Amino acid sequence: MSWLDRLRGRPSPRETAKQRLQVILVHDRSDLSPGLLEVIKDEIIAVLSRHVPIIAEEVRVTVTQDARECRLVADIPLGNRHSRS
Amino acid sequence: MSAQVITVTSGKGGVGKTTVTANVGMALAMAGKKVVCMDADIGLRNLDVVLGLENRIVYDIVHVVEGRCRTRQALIRDKRVPDLYLLPAAQSRDKSAVKPEDMVRICEELRPEFDYILIDSAAGIEEGFRTALAPADLILLVTNPEVAAVRDADRVIGLVEAMGKPTPKLIVNRLKPDMVRRGDMLDTSDVLEILAIELLGVIPEDEQVIVATNRGVPVVLEERSPAGQAFRAIARRLMGEPVPLFPSEDGQGVLGWLRRLVRSGGGR
Repeated sequence: MSWLDRLRGRPSPRETAKQRLQVILVHDRSDLSPGLLEVIKDEIIAVLSRHVPIIAEEVRVTVTQDARECRLVADIPLGNRHSRS
Repeated sequence: MSAQVITVTSGKGGVGKTTVTANVGMALAMAGKKVVCMDADIGLRNLDVVLGLENRIVYDIVHVVEGRCRTRQALIRDKRVPDLYLLPAAQSRDKSAVKPEDMVRICEELRPEFDYILIDSAAGIEEGFRTALAPADLILLVTNPEVAAVRDADRVIGLVEAMGKPTPKLIVNRLKPDMVRRGDMLDTSDVLEILAIELLGVIPEDEQVIVATNRGVPVVLEERSPAGQAFRAIARRLMGEPVPLFPSEDGQGVLGWLRRLVRSGGGR
């Protein structure tokens, strides 16, 4: 990569390749496409909001990996019944 | 004596499976081991050409499977080293001519007479891949430091584990240290972090490999070739010797110091 790219703080092709691979492999290994994750997220929101107030726009559903083990992680912030709604 | 069966595989084609099989096989034979290199890429045979033995083929693995010759008759002896043999693939047949159980049977027959049986697998993850894997005690996974090859290697690791076979050991082929240093290529450490399997060796990009393949002389026979040295190191690791994985790239002594000096002066 050129010194100009470096000066601009662009990631190197090496870093870009590594990051792309990490994302590709998380989806390959779990057989969960980014589109399917969105569907899962919407359904989780629909089900949970019937029972507890949640902050829908802050819900994150991601696949993480630790060595060769994949994990579906849902981060669901609960809305405060008294102050927010 | 009971041979260890080592299958060389990759997922993606063109990453250097055949070159690895030929050179690691040759290096083991140079170290005094009795070795068979087996080409399991039925219909697209290449191991004979890389070893420079293409003119001596009479029988191939399909003849053996169909009982048209004995296994010993199909083995071609390499005259450059004491005990290296090639069992060639058939060129005019398709993958279905050799079944996984045929492969297991041929290996069982050869095991008592040899130290190592190396199997060059077909690219891809279909029938040919499964056939080549069936008799394997050890699997060598060859990849290049680039996105598509590493992605396919990851898929192979998953499939191998699903088949109940031992986790493959990794060979990173065609690494360009200069490009890694400039931040233009994935380094071995990146590939290892992503694939999370044991590293068996790193082979630097080396034009001598093409020269050697053109001549039909495996590069491992070239004393000074960097790739040849890397193949010899892999063979020694397979034999259980503790050979460091990351030797100083530029070598020791005055020459190495000069190389480092020249490199730090230009190109950055």
